[in-house]
Amino acid sequence: MRRLLFILPLLTLALMAGFFAWSLTSGRDPASIGSVVVGRPAPKLDLPALRPGEPPLTDADLRTGKPVIVNFFASWCTPCLAEHPLFTRLREREGATIVGIAWKNKRDDALPWLKRLGDPFKLAGLDLDGKTGLDWGLSGVPETYLIDGTGIVRRHYRGPITERDLNETILPFLKGAVK
Amino acid sequence: MIPELGHFSLILALAVALVQGTLPLVGASRGDLRLMALGRTAALTQAFLVLLAFGALTQAYVTSDFSVLNVVDNSHSAKPLLYKISGVWGNHEGSMLLWALILALFGAAVAVFGNNLPDTLRSRVLAIQALIGVGFLAFLLFTSNPFQRVFPAPPDGNGLNPLLQDPGLAFHPPLLYLGYVGFSVTYAFAVAALLEGRVDAAWARWVRPWALAAWCFLTLGIALGSWWAYYILGWGGFWFWDPVENASLMPWLAGTALLHSAIVVEKRDALKSWTVLLALLAFSLSLLGTFLVRSGVLTSVHAFAQDPARGMFILAFLLFVTGGGLALYAWRAPQLQGGGLFQPVSREGALILNNLLLCTLAATVLLGTLYPLFLDLLTGNKVSVGPPFFNATFVPLCAPLFAALCVGPFLGWKRAELWPALMRLRVALVVSLAAIVVAMTMIDSRSTLAALAFGFGVWLIVGSLASLTDRVRSGTLRTLPRSTLGMVIAHASLGVVVLGSVATSSWNTELMHTMKPGDRIDFAGYSVQLERMDEVRGPNYIAERATLAVSVGGKPYTVLQPERRLFTVQRRQVAETAIQTNGLRDFYATLGEGNPQQGWVIRLYLNPLAPWIWLGAALCALGGFVSLSDRRLRIGAPSRKPALQPAE
Amino acid sequence: MIGARRLFFMFLSPLGERLGEGVRRPLTLPLPLAGERSLKALCCVLLLLFTLPALAVEPSEILPDPALETRAREIGRALRCVVCQNQSIDDSSAEVARDMRRAVRERLTAGDSDGDVFAYMVARYGDYVLLKPPFKAGTLILWLGAPFLLLVAGAALLLAARRRRHTPIAAPKPLDEEERRRLDALLKG
Repeated sequence: MRRLLFILPLLTLALMAGFFAWSLTSGRDPASIGSVVVGRPAPKLDLPALRPGEPPLTDADLRTGKPVIVNFFASWCTPCLAEHPLFTRLREREGATIVGIAWKNKRDDALPWLKRLGDPFKLAGLDLDGKTGLDWGLSGVPETYLIDGTGIVRRHYRGPITERDLNETILPFLKGAVK
Repeated sequence: MIPELGHFSLILALAVALVQGTLPLVGASRGDLRLMALGRTAALTQAFLVLLAFGALTQAYVTSDFSVLNVVDNSHSAKPLLYKISGVWGNHEGSMLLWALILALFGAAVAVFGNNLPDTLRSRVLAIQALIGVGFLAFLLFTSNPFQRVFPAPPDGNGLNPLLQDPGLAFHPPLLYLGYVGFSVTYAFAVAALLEGRVDAAWARWVRPWALAAWCFLTLGIALGSWWAYYILGWGGFWFWDPVENASLMPWLAGTALLHSAIVVEKRDALKSWTVLLALLAFSLSLLGTFLVRSGVLTSVHAFAQDPARGMFILAFLLFVTGGGLALYAWRAPQLQGGGLFQPVSREGALILNNLLLCTLAATVLLGTLYPLFLDLLTGNKVSVGPPFFNATFVPLCAPLFAALCVGPFLGWKRAELWPALMRLRVALVVSLAAIVVAMTMIDSRSTLAALAFGFGVWLIVGSLASLTDRVRSGTLRTLPRSTLGMVIAHASLGVVVLGSVATSSWNTELMHTMKPGDRIDFAGYSVQLERMDEVRGPNYIAERATLAVSVGGKPYTVLQPERRLFTVQRRQVAETAIQTNGLRDFYATLGEGNPQQGWVIRLYLNPLAPWIWLGAALCALGGFVSLSDRRLRIGAPSRKPALQPAE
Repeated sequence: MIGARRLFFMFLSPLGERLGEGVRRPLTLPLPLAGERSLKALCCVLLLLFTLPALAVEPSEILPDPALETRAREIGRALRCVVCQNQSIDDSSAEVARDMRRAVRERLTAGDSDGDVFAYMVARYGDYVLLKPPFKAGTLILWLGAPFLLLVAGAALLLAARRRRHTPIAAPKPLDEEERRRLDALLKG
């Protein structure tokens, strides 16, 4: 018993070191903040349309029986430039339904930006004051959500999506392989 | 050429450290005096070689030698000289070299001032010190070589992070490292004692000055960092419970516990294995801090997470040093026989309570810092552990510690009565209760907790000074041992820190306002006018400067000039707060964003007693140094040497 | 992997474009106190992220009702800016922190209690947003670990002390023949 007491510090160290080694080798990202919306019904959506003359965005737009991709972007966001071609490809090759939401972006800035780069969005909304972003648990732009036909959020990407995300999760999701 | 010399001497230092880390150990176990004597020469040689390497890197920085990669990455020719020099340790490689240098210097100091140590103990301490050095030097040479060349040499460097271009932060790392690395000596002493199987009063007396010196430097280093955060981050906060801060607080807490338990070993021959454990832990926690900060396992530090191999190396090193020490401890410590018996209410009992609470505090910080990591790995749940958590857990634990702190010195060794001790503290008790009442009625009636904490601050000061009353009465204050005087200063200074932090965080006044030149606002009895906005040019930045004229009752009082600096090389902005202090409160102003049309955001704070936080910390370290100069710690030192000064 | 890419996006804000000078607002605080700041890495990361570490609550945000504003500030200090390193939304000038501050004030003005406001944020960002983790099964060790240690160690020490009190200190062994002779010699000599 007394002996055990003297081994205790060593055991504590071993435990801690185990965690550290695990952390270093697991590829864990210490800055990842997780997401609470995944697995839940998509947060409420009630936004004016970005493109003039279109009807406003509502919750019904996310519950159409078909998978929907929701992308928050802004014209002032450099990484959004990087992921943009992937959305264009998704729209053109896969016929995906993509909803774009301009976050904290003036219409006069966002529209020309889309015009310049091409507009892959079936529907586009404007979240000028970032309130919808807050409801969606947004931490910045770009962020992307995959929503299934019943309106449940299945995945949440913080940061630009990559080729790898496209191949490994987004395409299988569109084909109905990811639940 | 000179960088290669530096690199070469670093390699030589590694070789010397290898010799120093092995042969004297063999010598000590065989009783071979010649092998043991080798340790001393090797320690001095190693220190000289690392100093040479450090000098070489400094030379590269001072002359802006951009053929050295490290200089390119962290320096710029237009930087002021001070920051060229502090740039040496303002980066990973250079700061590791500084670690290695301080480690080697401490080794040399043991070699020089350790004449009073038995040969075997000294050679073992030096050998263990060298083994730690081997780890650091190998780490430098194999993963973080500061002397790497770049070809072709770029015309100029990338500059140093503007936040680090600050006098406070220039000296913060060296002081902090003196603290961290200083505990390597106590670690070495602990391991040597375990190897010898002997821990006695003499051992405690030898360890104490080293622990004390390391502790003083660590105190100063932490205080300087906190001061820097206070004036550069721009909203008057001084401690943020950030993982990096916590990493420095843990060894400080363990070191403080060590200082106290070592007294029990020295005076009463008890608490031996516990003290040895603390001596091991103080350094282990320093290493843990280094690991956390450099490996990228935590967010605060994730900017360092460039190289997982580096993290693995430090982890392996941490395991080797800490694990080795603790394994030896598990094996040998049970044989250490405790000596003196004592009653729970006694000086020993009070010191044990001190240790218990300090260790709980350290455990709180450790758990709070690492818990998000553990939980994330085990369950994937993300939590944040921030200031409100520590305010709810750490701060309440301080209350019993502070309460007992003043009583302890009045208790006799072995067996004591609580009541007489409290009677001698009755004045302190009354004064601090009065302080609570005053705080409640005159300052802020809403926050009972703040008033209570304020009372504790007063209790610490008056209660610590109370132990001098007998001496004052009998006129024997001059014969007071330095160690006792140091203790009184350190204890009372803690009260100063408490008063400063309570007052500034609970009773500050703030105002933010958008102002255009010519605008005037009233703020806490002062009238503040934004006289003008200027553009100023510094050596490597351009700045917007606001000139705020502060007046009281129509009479000019002071002028504050907060700035926003744009560092041109990095294109980064840094706020330069303007602080006017009268010793009792800080008048603190920062300049926010703005333009001539809408005006500029000006933030004003009145932080009562804020300067006391750092005054108290400085006093605390002073108390340590006073105690360090005690005669008792010099016994055995040759008479020609004026004092035992381990901390060179 | 996400870490690296997050760094690139999250700290940009509309302001940069508006001012047309690439000024980005601060997202993170640097490590406020560190001996260990290797700053090569820090530099490349923070260069992007962070410019002026200034207090973020802005004059325009302040509520007219001082009591509500005080509550808002207290809540703000307990909510984490989700894209920052250990920084509360009150201390951060990140876009998302500003939105959260605004939302806090809206909820308070709408008559929410402090608890409602925290629940509102947790529903969106999870427990991660609370700088003081909630007390529940997953955080039991965090909250009770250190006090538990204190109690166990304290109890063990007290028990040991009590046991010691009951075992009388052994009387010294009587001197043997040899020792007595030496003592006598010393006393005489």
